[in-house]
Amino acid sequence: MREPGFTADGTWVGASVKRKEDPRLLTGRARFVDDIHLPRMLHAQFVRSSVAAGEITSVDLSRVRDVPGVVAAFTAADLDLGDITAVLDRPRSEFVPTAMPVLARDRVRFVGEPIAIVLAEDAYAVEDGLEAAEVTYRAGTPVLSEEQALAPGAPLVHDEAADNVLLDVSMFATEGIDDIFADAPCVVSVRATTGRQNALPLETRGVVASWDARAGQLLVQTCTQVPHVVRTVLAGCLGRPENTVRVVVPDMGGGFGIKCVVGREEIAVAAASLRVGRPVKWIEDRKDALTASFLAREQRYQARAAFDEAGRILALDADVLCDMGAYSCYPFSAGIEPLMASAEMPGVYRVPAYRVRGRAITTNKAPTAPYRGVSRPQYVMVMERLFERAARELGLGPVEIRRRNLITTFPYTGVNGITYDPGSYLESLNLAERVLTEEGWYERQRELAGQGRFLGIGYSCFNERTGYGSDAFAKRRMAVVPGFDISEIRMDTSGTVVATTGTMSHGQSHETTMAQIVADRLGLDLDHVFIQQGDTDRVAYGWGTFASRSITIGGSAVGLAAGRLGDKLLHIGAHLLRTRPDNVELSGGRVRKCDDHTRSLSYVDIAEVAYLKAHLLPKDVDPGLTATASFDGIGDGTFSNASHGVVVELHAGTGQVEILRYACVEDCGVAINPQVVEGQARGGIAQGIAGALFEQVTYDEQGEPSAASFIDYKVPTACEIPDISIHHLETPSAFTGNGAKGVGEGGTIGAPAAVLNAVNDALRPTGVELDDTPITPERVLGALEVRWTTR
Amino acid sequence: MDDAVNDKVLLSLDVNGSEHEVLVEPRRTLADVLRHDLELTGTHIACEHGVCGACTVLVDGAPVRSCLMFAAQAEGRGVRTVESLGRGDELSDLQRAFTEHHALQCGFCTPGFLMLAEGFLAARPDASRAEIREAVSSNLCRCTGYQTIVDAIEDCAARRRAAERTRSA
Ligand code: FES
Ligand code: FES
Repeated sequence: MREPGFTADGTWVGASVKRKEDPRLLTGRARFVDDIHLPRMLHAQFVRSSVAAGEITSVDLSRVRDVPGVVAAFTAADLDLGDITAVLDRPRSEFVPTAMPVLARDRVRFVGEPIAIVLAEDAYAVEDGLEAAEVTYRAGTPVLSEEQALAPGAPLVHDEAADNVLLDVSMFATEGIDDIFADAPCVVSVRATTGRQNALPLETRGVVASWDARAGQLLVQTCTQVPHVVRTVLAGCLGRPENTVRVVVPDMGGGFGIKCVVGREEIAVAAASLRVGRPVKWIEDRKDALTASFLAREQRYQARAAFDEAGRILALDADVLCDMGAYSCYPFSAGIEPLMASAEMPGVYRVPAYRVRGRAITTNKAPTAPYRGVSRPQYVMVMERLFERAARELGLGPVEIRRRNLITTFPYTGVNGITYDPGSYLESLNLAERVLTEEGWYERQRELAGQGRFLGIGYSCFNERTGYGSDAFAKRRMAVVPGFDISEIRMDTSGTVVATTGTMSHGQSHETTMAQIVADRLGLDLDHVFIQQGDTDRVAYGWGTFASRSITIGGSAVGLAAGRLGDKLLHIGAHLLRTRPDNVELSGGRVRKCDDHTRSLSYVDIAEVAYLKAHLLPKDVDPGLTATASFDGIGDGTFSNASHGVVVELHAGTGQVEILRYACVEDCGVAINPQVVEGQARGGIAQGIAGALFEQVTYDEQGEPSAASFIDYKVPTACEIPDISIHHLETPSAFTGNGAKGVGEGGTIGAPAAVLNAVNDALRPTGVELDDTPITPERVLGALEVRWTTR
Repeated sequence: MDDAVNDKVLLSLDVNGSEHEVLVEPRRTLADVLRHDLELTGTHIACEHGVCGACTVLVDGAPVRSCLMFAAQAEGRGVRTVESLGRGDELSDLQRAFTEHHALQCGFCTPGFLMLAEGFLAARPDASRAEIREAVSSNLCRCTGYQTIVDAIEDCAARRRAAERTRSA
């Protein structure tokens, strides 16, 4: 391991180059979906359910159609579209597939569910139209909690899912695990819940659909992380061949997972556009984004762990329950959260025995999608709580007990069957502790304790699987299996290259970082490399951006394609230089002879032959300078890791948790662009803090969501998110093109655990420990109360 | 619907130093007129209820949430949007500071922060880091964690002060 060398060796990879995306974003010249204006374009919005559960008894749109400016309004029956159904290849006892209709037909399952689509000449008239819609319901009793969902005789959200359970898996169950618990000197348990959250990209979802008569294609411009997946579902729901649908993604204002599943609105807008023969735009408003989009994260853990006297973990037993809301998201299904938690929970620790049950339940709340981190923020929090609790029981320091349990020899195959590639688990924890120690936070804590103030120091230690390949996803038994990515690269007569990718950056800077990879492979200037993404007509297929896969898989494919183009340049160059193929090399945008550097050809010279003087090419070479490559994740993928160290102060009067210091030691292997890595870490941590301290969507007894605006859903601002120091370690991956590991999610994963541990450290004098997030001021005040009443 | 709402009004607006005439419903917001009538799509909308600040523009030099203002209320006043920063392809010092400090990821919030900072620094060129952070807290960013936005504005302010000192020396 070494501190990264940045540009010492003169490469683009490793340099914090300025982003290629920035100029257009800074000058207002970027093009987001709502910036698209097409001739004769209509504006769409949805009539949405006002009840959480029930039958639709009538939908009357006649008055809607009379509103000035309204052009059309369609129900499910009018559009007659296929359903969206996510499937896992598992027995019915483990997984129940349920259909999500594009528009609700006879039944509604959550407040905000789309029932009809209204089209009007402008965005104001469409709102007037919505007000004129009349829908009547026979309201049922909504199922809104775990207790309600699992109660005998509970109303069913989907008739096919008895007990309201969509997924129920029991895994691993190491032999003799009950005996281990029975005999262990120390057994600790944690019951933890996490709040329902909104991933909350600042740009809401949106689509512009139009018919391209010349191409004979439906053109759907939509802000999605997964353009090819949307195309596949669109084609299926509309009953069209896939080549008659083209999905193009404009600039995107964030996604964080909420846009890596197919939205029913995307399909409805496209179908409505085909029906009326005019372009149609839909831009989700904030109320719908908060209440009727995809949510995430509401989970409950019941976990216990057995330890020996020395604090070594002997066994882990967990029951994971995820409230997935009303529908199973496509393509991942409602299984995504419980399967992730069940498979990966042991994480960075040597856990010799493991048993887990993971369940997904369905309720009458807005559906969920994988949100940055996907279950890992929660199970890491639970694991870290178990270790902290055991440390207290055994009289060990919280850092010491982790040190005794971290995986330190690699590759390591865990009790969960996963093989972990090398990382810096112990080193990162040690460094995080050193940073806080050297800055004197432990002394400060003692000092302030004397003054009756509550300072707490907490850590989290975790890894994150990135670069899941087809094999890894197949193990989840998804019916459609993501994993690979394809890149096509082309050099033109100017010697510049364009490389395509099926991944879709929505803030992660891939236009820059992937260009850094290509530029190094071909010895080009960064200005001569362009990355194109977000167009299903430019790449045969691709799985998009999620699960921190873009640089690991997409970046590796781009690198391979560039390598192949380099081979072709060499081949042509050797022929033109009249030398052996093994006597040429690429250097500084030229092909030169190895034994005589003065003899060389520029790429422009070679491109001229490849395109304009093809008769000079070697006989076995096709004209043009293009290459294609694909890359798939290898084995169990590659694991990033990090440790976070946090200092908080609890304010006794208000119950407020103030973060005084946040240090993150991260290891994502080779950092393609360290500044971008730091940005991903900081932004991720901010979202983790948001979940730990602030954000939660709740529902009243009728199933009405509490937060319909930013006034009720408290998103942290610059006053709540502290400055964060990032420290890099580098354990290169053997499984990716550049030694890089994914970095998009890590920050979010580690923050809740570290913040919660710090809060509990501050609460030590009270004897109270908190296990749930968000850690609201009420919860903190409740805990501090105990101190006042018991002393 | 009330017919009065439908009666369009002719407005004359001064945006980025040019006069524009638009015929719009009185209920049309300044944000919508800028984005959809004048096609200055750099100003973004992310809540339409005055909280996120993505729609921030300058009206007579002061930061204003253009989603909360009717276009009619901007008549007779000077409106500046993100499109007015920089010259041609050349970024302004503030825009440069944003790219240097990686103060934007998806960039959706960025025009709002740029206009907020532009207005704030004009009024408070000597602001401390804490004061900048306080000002920045009136807008939302979901990507960056804010630190680099504060860094960029602080750096830009410092450079402007240094340039000012050189000029007056
Ligand atoms: S769009 Fe104006 S404040 Fe959010
Ligand atoms: S950069 Fe994405 S919201 Fe700020």
